[in-house]
Amino acid sequence: MANQGVMTSLRDENHSTPDTEFASEATIGNFFSTDYKRNDDLKQMLDSNKDGLKLEAMKRIITMIAKGRDPSHLFPAVVKNVVSKNIEVKKLVYVYLVRYAEEQQDLALLSISTFQRALKDPNQLIRASALRVLSSIRVPVIAPIVMLAIKESAADMSPYVRKTAAHSIPKLYSLDPEQKDELVAVIEKLLMDKATLVIGSAVMAFEQVCPERTDLIHKNYRKLCNLIVDVEEWGQVLILNMLTRYARTQFVDPNTKQPVPEKEFYEEEEEDEATDEPTRPRSLDADHRLLLRNAKPLLQSRNSAVVMAVAQLYYHLAPKNEVGTVARPLLRLVRSQREIQSVVLTTIASMSVKRKDMFEPHFKSFFIHTVDPLPVKLMKLDILTNLAGESNISLLLREFQVYIASQDSKFVAATIQAIGRCASNIKEVTSTCLAGLVALLSNKDEAIVAESVVVIKNLLQSQSADQEAIITKMIKLIDHVIVPVARASILWLIGEYCDKVAKYGPDVLRQMAKSFTNEEDLVKLQIVNLAAKLFVTNPKQTTLLCQYVLNLAKYDISYDIRDRARLIRNILFPSENIKAIKNPKKIFLAPKPAPILESKYKDRDTFQLGSLSHFLNIRANGYRDLPDFPEVAPDSTVRNVEPPSRPTSVNAERVSVSYAQEEKSKRKPTFYSSSSEEEEVDGEESKSETSETVTESDSEMSELQSEPDQDLDKKSISIQEKTAGKTADSTEDSDSSESETSSESEEDEIRPKAAQGTTSPPSAQTTKSNLDLLLDFDGAVPDIPTPIITPTIGGFLTPIVPTVTTSSSLMSNSVDSIVMSSPAYVANNPKELISRTAGNGIQVGIRFTRSPHLYSSTMASIELHFTNTTAEDLGEIKVANKVLPVGMTICDFPVVSSLPHGQTRTALIGIDFGDSTQAAVFDISIGDRILKLSIKPPIGEIIRAVSMSETYFLSQQVKLRGMQESTAVATLPPSVVDGHAICRRVYEVANVSPIPSSDPLVFRFGGQTLSSKTLVLITLKTEAPKVTVIVNCEKIIIGQMLANQVKEALDKH
Amino acid sequence: MIESIFLINGLGDIVMEKHWASAIPRSICDYFFDVQKSASRPEDVPPVIPVPHNYLINLLRNNLFFVAVISSEVPPLFVIEFLQRVVHIIEEYFGECKESIIKEQHVVVYELLDEMLDNGYPLATESNILKELIKPPNLFRTITNTVTGKSNVSSILPSGQLSNVPWRRADVKYANNEAYFDVVEEVDAIIDKMGGTVMAEIHGYIDCCIRLSGNPDLTLSFINPRLCDDVSFHPCVRFKKWEAERVLSFVPPDGNFTLMSYHVASNNIVAIPIYVKHNIIFREGTGGKMDLTVGPRTTMGKTVENVVLEITMPKSVLNCTLTVTQGRASFDSVTRVLLWDIGKIDPTKLPGCKGSIALQSGATIPSSNPVINVRFCVNQLAASGLKVNRLDMYGERYKPFKGVKYITKAGQFQVRLTIVGTTTVTAAAATFDCDYDRLGLIASATTCD
Repeated sequence: MANQGVMTSLRDENHSTPDTEFASEATIGNFFSTDYKRNDDLKQMLDSNKDGLKLEAMKRIITMIAKGRDPSHLFPAVVKNVVSKNIEVKKLVYVYLVRYAEEQQDLALLSISTFQRALKDPNQLIRASALRVLSSIRVPVIAPIVMLAIKESAADMSPYVRKTAAHSIPKLYSLDPEQKDELVAVIEKLLMDKATLVIGSAVMAFEQVCPERTDLIHKNYRKLCNLIVDVEEWGQVLILNMLTRYARTQFVDPNTKQPVPEKEFYEEEEEDEATDEPTRPRSLDADHRLLLRNAKPLLQSRNSAVVMAVAQLYYHLAPKNEVGTVARPLLRLVRSQREIQSVVLTTIASMSVKRKDMFEPHFKSFFIHTVDPLPVKLMKLDILTNLAGESNISLLLREFQVYIASQDSKFVAATIQAIGRCASNIKEVTSTCLAGLVALLSNKDEAIVAESVVVIKNLLQSQSADQEAIITKMIKLIDHVIVPVARASILWLIGEYCDKVAKYGPDVLRQMAKSFTNEEDLVKLQIVNLAAKLFVTNPKQTTLLCQYVLNLAKYDISYDIRDRARLIRNILFPSENIKAIKNPKKIFLAPKPAPILESKYKDRDTFQLGSLSHFLNIRANGYRDLPDFPEVAPDSTVRNVEPPSRPTSVNAERVSVSYAQEEKSKRKPTFYSSSSEEEEVDGEESKSETSETVTESDSEMSELQSEPDQDLDKKSISIQEKTAGKTADSTEDSDSSESETSSESEEDEIRPKAAQGTTSPPSAQTTKSNLDLLLDFDGAVPDIPTPIITPTIGGFLTPIVPTVTTSSSLMSNSVDSIVMSSPAYVANNPKELISRTAGNGIQVGIRFTRSPHLYSSTMASIELHFTNTTAEDLGEIKVANKVLPVGMTICDFPVVSSLPHGQTRTALIGIDFGDSTQAAVFDISIGDRILKLSIKPPIGEIIRAVSMSETYFLSQQVKLRGMQESTAVATLPPSVVDGHAICRRVYEVANVSPIPSSDPLVFRFGGQTLSSKTLVLITLKTEAPKVTVIVNCEKIIIGQMLANQVKEALDKH
Repeated sequence: MIESIFLINGLGDIVMEKHWASAIPRSICDYFFDVQKSASRPEDVPPVIPVPHNYLINLLRNNLFFVAVISSEVPPLFVIEFLQRVVHIIEEYFGECKESIIKEQHVVVYELLDEMLDNGYPLATESNILKELIKPPNLFRTITNTVTGKSNVSSILPSGQLSNVPWRRADVKYANNEAYFDVVEEVDAIIDKMGGTVMAEIHGYIDCCIRLSGNPDLTLSFINPRLCDDVSFHPCVRFKKWEAERVLSFVPPDGNFTLMSYHVASNNIVAIPIYVKHNIIFREGTGGKMDLTVGPRTTMGKTVENVVLEITMPKSVLNCTLTVTQGRASFDSVTRVLLWDIGKIDPTKLPGCKGSIALQSGATIPSSNPVINVRFCVNQLAASGLKVNRLDMYGERYKPFKGVKYITKAGQFQVRLTIVGTTTVTAAAATFDCDYDRLGLIASATTCD
């Protein structure tokens, strides 16, 4: 019936889809026929050339997926549309593809080339979504392609694309764990990233792929601490959790040096915070303090997960007296929705077992409302019990008393247990509680009475006073109490204290013997026990009874009881061949330790608080233990960082802010490590915690767009630091150079192969593997603008970021200090190369992408845009003949199959200009027309951006004096005032990257010619409207031309 | 991370499923259904359910369960908070997050989920960014799209994604520039049977509706900022400025959002705006009588509105016959809930409710004490006394229209009742001033001596 109802309701809500869809499910035969019909129509819609129809079809298909129906048979028809121009269709196809690619791997491969092409798109959103889909297609064959794409995207200039690259890493890792080493290298690079957008995702990838590699964190630790406030909230959670584990391995326990016994601690809490001061442990490591200080503001986050992450960080890492700061934010979360509430309460319950002082002042917040769901009530009850102390017990008991009158019997039972726990923990109220519990014995509710009996039993063991009266009262209850646990408890009590209630014992046993057969097992066992105990103490009255009970037990169904009876019989009434036990009293009435009533959250904090494992109290998959603090802190210098290169972005304010913070963080280490005196000062500082944090971090956080003098200050410090950090760096330098060389040798091996792979035109005839299917497809799709990745063996192994292999003698001694960097500026729009009129209706645009060409790192990659403004469609576009000067090579673009009228096609060509500005002249045939192209590169485009340290820059500049130095003086237009604008103008003419400069009036840029890798150093010295441009370059002509170009660019109004 | 999300309605049907890693078979939901069936109320379903190989983390909103499937360790709050964000986004897009709307808008919801999670890790959760990426559907846009062939999906990366104010849309333009602030305070309290306050807390939040062109930079200051000592902020608020000067300085998101929330803890004295006088007496065998009166307490001269009293009666109560001087009263004999909808309280003529209670035949006097859950609302009053001083705007030329509104509402506001049985010794009444040596747990004197 219910099912019927659901189906009809479904039908009502889906007018758009034919009714048959639902009705069909009733009979299978019918199902196929209608299904077929329906799909037919979808297929037609997908095959049509109207976007509207396609979109409609895709929407219906997505609805099917969402409902769990399987449209996978439409795969071929859908995948075709991956090239659709309509962005929404495309998006829906992506969704479909990701869902079903795993099931139809061969067909899915057909789409790969589209993504490869999209990876080169100038639009960052398209690049990113292509990478997302490509990496989400779980087809093992494409793992190498994805690897290449990730590597490439990790170096993308758009932080959004880099973020997506970080997301793709775990996907590839789960697809092919063998790629781990390479992936770790990418993660390492991404962790270095300065964009806050990227960091969170990089840490996510780190956590999923290589959480054991703490060595990757060292260098980034301070950066992470300083930037964490600006990271998006999800990243914050992961970073905080990761740093908690990291800090546990790197710092010593802040609470060990002067261990404070727990009891004393609570007592002091009663008095004042101030008295706590002398017990404060030694000052923390500067980095440890940095983490705590920077995490603190996040307690104010609106995201409960972030607040929880900070709370657990403080709980696990902070000195005892500081943990209290997290109490109030946690209390705030208690008020949230029930889901959040239960997680937070679990955490508080765990914390309150050991750190009762944290929540004691707020215990009223845990008072129970009737509207709370039962699990929440029980948790609150546990917390209240944990918080109970002499000061609040009277209030608490009054509150408990109200709870006992509640309508929910489970809750009442829990309350009684809570009272029992309070009574046993706080000696002052034990008797009061006991009296109250005894009063409850006369309650009408069976469950309440039973629960009280059990609790009283536990309490009596630890309490000597008044036992007799209470037990007497309970004995009188035995006829009324039915719940087995309670009956068993009463019987046990009689047996245990039989000397005190000697009068009643035998009589109770008599009654019990009568009803023995009808009792529960639990009770039977206790009757047997009681009989034995009574026999031992009072054999005169009970021998017969005891034997009778033992006989009853002998024939019981339960073997437990039979066994017990046999055991007891042999002890009490030994047969001849068994040696009698001398003193059975010692066995049966040995003093027993009182049970300890404690919170069930007691030992949960072995799990990291706030984790899934902690919540469930089960070790979850993939849970990593929180390591214990080391005895001795490992070397802290590993976290020192060499001075950063200036961030490459020209306009983003965001980066400049983070940069300034970066500088700050740099400042810290020297500040602390330079003199031991200062370290002590730091210790002092941390004592006056709150006020200090405010001012200190305030200056850190304040918007840093302005304040040039402060900047100055920072820079001078960073110089100091450099000298200090030098020694530490040297080891690491050799390290990185090692890895560099190894990667070089690898490339050397690969290169010849790569050359083979790309020079021979990609042919599909030789083999017919899945990968070749891709190739086929490459040819079939006409408008591929790039030659890219022909996935033959060498294809995707071509070096993307070439390293300095052929370096001039100048830099051979320290090659590694030059680092390739991404271009600071890339033109988005093509410039006109051949106008419409000159090209007879064909317009050619040109754009320098400033990215290394795949074929060879010495080539500049140039994007050509062909637009057909003629009335007719034109045939294929290809490079016809080229007559090139010596030293110049061209890597052709693959043939573009057609150029319909009104359309634009792009193609990527690679030209090695051989470090000259001579024009590359070649012919292009479009259909039957021939166009003569002459590409003369601007001097700035045959250079590639490299970055290096300032000291290295200066040392190289000294070697390039005299003839090799070209100067020019430019006058700035009044509109250009700040450094940003000046830099921007430089970036527009030359592909160079900024070098950090210690003087705010001097700007430095580094570059390298494409072919011979000759260093090009640009220095700008600004004095009001005048700017002196100095270019140092071994190639004098290039130097002069560049100096003039830069001057012109700066002069321009 | 999050592998899949299932949407399950109250009846136990899967409304929607979406997978990020390999598809997880629907059968995993069977475990959830088992728990769902065994729970007496939907709220009692635990938020995390461990099942073989996986964990199900769920969120209940509008009788719709959002169930996330997790395969390995991840902070549960991370997932819960994300699911909450999903609900929030759906509400922003379609006004409400309920089953029928989701069924209607499968495609948009699917696209949204696809943007919000990448491989189970949140990608874009800021509503302004999502709205630029996937435009919320409305009639006008649907028509223009069919005519022009454009789509609801943007092809460029929203500017917010890369800016340092990701919450703000670029190029906002309004004809009327307005900024409205609602200071809403919810009073949580437990009032004992004598009218004393057992505990009282205030949870306040400031909801904003800001429609300002360009990139305004706002500063909101309070007359008495020290009142709220535990605060949380929307990411747009500059925390350092608050620490130093106790003002809220921020570049606001466009549209509706919660600027800050604060908590005035139980240690402070909280003004309770309402009182309830009650008297319930039972006579053995015959039933009982009740008498309720409601009146305003500390309201600073403001009227208490939308007052509703709700009492869940003990199990043995069969029926209640009630006469009220104001509003409507009803008793549901199945759930045993007595509901009295009063409305506005006129301080000169206090609303009252009198009536008799019928007990099930043969039932004894109920031993459990019911509570009154009270709902009310007071306009133009902030119970904590928080007051906005002024709002300044920098960065733009125009003069915005500004408005502040205060509302005090009942949160979890409950009044405890005592049932007095006339034939039994009223031990309960005496236990109230319990002190150290006397814990008078409620007990009738008739014991089994």
